[in-house]
Amino acid sequence: MSDSKNTANEKASFLSDLDQLRTVHPAWVKSIQTSYAAKFAELELPNRRMEEWRFTNVSPILRTSFRTAISPGAPATEETVAPFRYGNAAWAELVFVDGFFAASLSRIPSGLIACNLAEALEKHTDRVEPLLAKQVNGTANAFNALNTAFLQDGAFVHVTADAVVPAPIHLLYVNSGRSTDSASHPRNLLILDRGAKATVVESHVSADMGARYFTNAVTEIVIGENAALHAYKLINDSNEAYHLASTHVRLERGASINSFAISQTGKIIRNEIKTLLDGEGAHSSLKGLYMTRGEQLVDNPIAIEHAKPHCTSWIGYKGVLDDKSHAVFSGKVYVHRVAQKTDSNQLNQNMLLSDKATIDTKPLLEIFADDVKCTHGATVGRPPEELVFYFRTRGMSEAMALGMLTYGFADEVVNQIGVDEVRERLEKFVFDTYSPIPG
Amino acid sequence: MSETEDTLGNAGYTGTRVEQSTREIAEMANQTYKYGWSTDIEAETFEPGLNEDVIARISARKEEPSWLLDWRIKAYRQWLTMAEPGWANVHYPKIDYQQQRYYSAPKREKKKLTSLDEVDKELLETFEKLGIPLDEQKRLTGVAVDAVFDSVSVATTHKEILKKKGVIFSSFSEAVLECPDLIKKYLGSVVPIGDNFFAALNSAVFSDGSFCYIPKGVKCPMDLSTYFRINAAETGQFERTLIVGDVGSYVNYLEGCTAPMRDENQLHAAVVELVALDNATINYSTVQNWYAGDKEGKGGIYNFVTKRGKCEGANSRISWTQVETGSAITWKYPSCLLMGDNSVGEFYSVAVSNNYQQADTGTKMVHMGRNTKSTIISKTISAGHGNNSYRGQVMVMPKAANARNYTQCDSLLIGDQCGAHTFPYIEVRNNTSSVEHEASTSKISESQLFYCKQRGIGPEDAISMVVNGFCKEVFDHLPMEFAVEATKLLNVSLEGSVG
Repeated sequence: MSDSKNTANEKASFLSDLDQLRTVHPAWVKSIQTSYAAKFAELELPNRRMEEWRFTNVSPILRTSFRTAISPGAPATEETVAPFRYGNAAWAELVFVDGFFAASLSRIPSGLIACNLAEALEKHTDRVEPLLAKQVNGTANAFNALNTAFLQDGAFVHVTADAVVPAPIHLLYVNSGRSTDSASHPRNLLILDRGAKATVVESHVSADMGARYFTNAVTEIVIGENAALHAYKLINDSNEAYHLASTHVRLERGASINSFAISQTGKIIRNEIKTLLDGEGAHSSLKGLYMTRGEQLVDNPIAIEHAKPHCTSWIGYKGVLDDKSHAVFSGKVYVHRVAQKTDSNQLNQNMLLSDKATIDTKPLLEIFADDVKCTHGATVGRPPEELVFYFRTRGMSEAMALGMLTYGFADEVVNQIGVDEVRERLEKFVFDTYSPIPG
Repeated sequence: MSETEDTLGNAGYTGTRVEQSTREIAEMANQTYKYGWSTDIEAETFEPGLNEDVIARISARKEEPSWLLDWRIKAYRQWLTMAEPGWANVHYPKIDYQQQRYYSAPKREKKKLTSLDEVDKELLETFEKLGIPLDEQKRLTGVAVDAVFDSVSVATTHKEILKKKGVIFSSFSEAVLECPDLIKKYLGSVVPIGDNFFAALNSAVFSDGSFCYIPKGVKCPMDLSTYFRINAAETGQFERTLIVGDVGSYVNYLEGCTAPMRDENQLHAAVVELVALDNATINYSTVQNWYAGDKEGKGGIYNFVTKRGKCEGANSRISWTQVETGSAITWKYPSCLLMGDNSVGEFYSVAVSNNYQQADTGTKMVHMGRNTKSTIISKTISAGHGNNSYRGQVMVMPKAANARNYTQCDSLLIGDQCGAHTFPYIEVRNNTSSVEHEASTSKISESQLFYCKQRGIGPEDAISMVVNGFCKEVFDHLPMEFAVEATKLLNVSLEGSVG
């Protein structure tokens, strides 16, 4: 009984700021917010008894009373944000500080339909209304419902038919570190019309690596016929931050998504990606790398739904686990009865660097069509002794050998990243973290 | 069988694919379950229902000591507090446990049987018909058999030879009376009474089963075998098998099962416990061919089985090999607890689900000792409307240094109405371990069939070859007679489902 009482308290604390929020938006948005607030109240909060949260203990989040800011604080300065920019003037950059769009720090090239969601709710109603909250419809994830209840700001990008966005669009979420125990619920909507092409880089950073805050993000992506999206997500939150995110992707005929999800810092990270292959010939490639240290917990739940024939999917996640950290991976590939000629591959590889690091991996296949090729694999281990020996015979120390092997292992994901600035910064991070080469 | 072989041997052009599958579906419809008859035998059967009184009566009927009755009652009370597990990927109407009969035994005189001549002739004929040699004259087979008919063990063969070596192989009820110390020590030591819903139920009402003890340093002179037969209607069968391999011992154990065709579903909830001490090896092979229900999915056995082995001693080894072709629902996860250093656990499985069969099967390997190794090879074949799930768990505990696991699970899909699912869980708590898992799902490729066709091998034959090749890795681990039987069974199970 005390359990349900706690839950009620926890829920109430999350919703405490909601009343002030609801007055801001048009009626149709309000009704979405209200219905999802009700849904949140109904849904069970994630706990270890739920299959999807079996290995992921989010009780530290539930125990803390996070307050959701309902209006932006004082504007952040350029100095706060500058270190996190990629320094390429050709990029579009939408900057969000503590969950709110900072127009003065953002840069949107002319011709690109990109703005914050609050603005899009008013200005692009015709595109937003039919799609908003449609992908999370039916979710059993209470945090997705909570995000929708608080839906107010985030990024909106719309790439029109056959348009090619020449440079990446950077969505930069900065925690200013000015308030403690704050929660933000960024909500993004990305729409690519038929034949459109775009690259989106989403980064989550903090100006104060010791700040405690909670990010509960939901991103909805709709990729039209033959359109292609390259999506990068880099989680570089503070060491005390909690980051829960769900990305829901729907792909139409011939559409493709190429996603990289990189988890670097943050106390608890859960970065869920769900793709629905909803048109023939659609392709989903989801790659990821998690590098955990200290007492971090990183969870990467992936779900791919093959709903139409002739689709291909690829999941490739790698993890390097050190100290007392804990990583969870679950990849679920669901192939519908009609989805013949599906080709799906899944691979999760983990390297454990310390004897206190733990990994739970769960690559699932659920297949109802017969003419399919589906594989999955998972490995857990250390760098092979033969390889270490090889380095030793060439006069390198064991530490150096392990460092280089670990770097090589992680870099296999990083060097596939197509955006030079992102790749270079990450390569440096990986190198500095694992390779002990002196100097 | 002869009809099957005729079609198999008929190479060459056999019509378009559509024509073939239409014909094959018709053939499948005519396919009958070979063991579907029932024996009309006078039996003593309890009325449906379960309560402490029923348990006391079962216990009394078997003249059990009071400690065992207490144990059963404890299990029953625990069972009452438990809920039927709902996580498995199987769907069936709710079972009313009060509608089941918990005891059925062929009627017999009170006196103890001393030789097979005294066994009811009808019973012997039943096993004869099943091809199970109970007759001690048939030494050639070289297998000692304990046959379990409905709830009780009817006969155990080759007792004398085994006795010379000190091997105890008897029905569970006999063992309770003859070697209570061993039973007391090991019963419930691997599968505790409250382990899961079905194990608790079994602990409360188990009727009979086999007990086997291999003494120190003994290599069992022959393979041991248990044969289970459900005969009576509305009766659940709850047998309990306990095998203890003492230090340095070795045994091969085989298990087979059949049941008559009935329209209603019958419940089977068995528990198998294996204990391997230092340097002991236990190979446990099962060919499960319970009645699977008809082609509409009516009837069939609900097979909810808990099988677990404990590699307690250093260098011990437990190997599970299973061929699951029967049952309407299979819920079964033969597992190994690798406690001893250098112990080895193996799991080789072929599971076939055709028509409306559902199988949720797999294994659990828990690495606790150092240098422990486990291998999991699972092959699932889904055809018709069958659904097949592999559910496995590999756990490496913090102290299991240098643990090693290799898992391979492959699924083969035949027909577009079936499903194959894989649910592996890998939980690693030790960084010196190495765990590999790979899985694939595919259908029989057209190129494989084309290759065979080029060489004059008809589609049925080709499919049979591919399927047998697919399963070979597992069949190689079965004793020869079982492997032959399994191959045949596989052909029969899949007969007509390929197109």
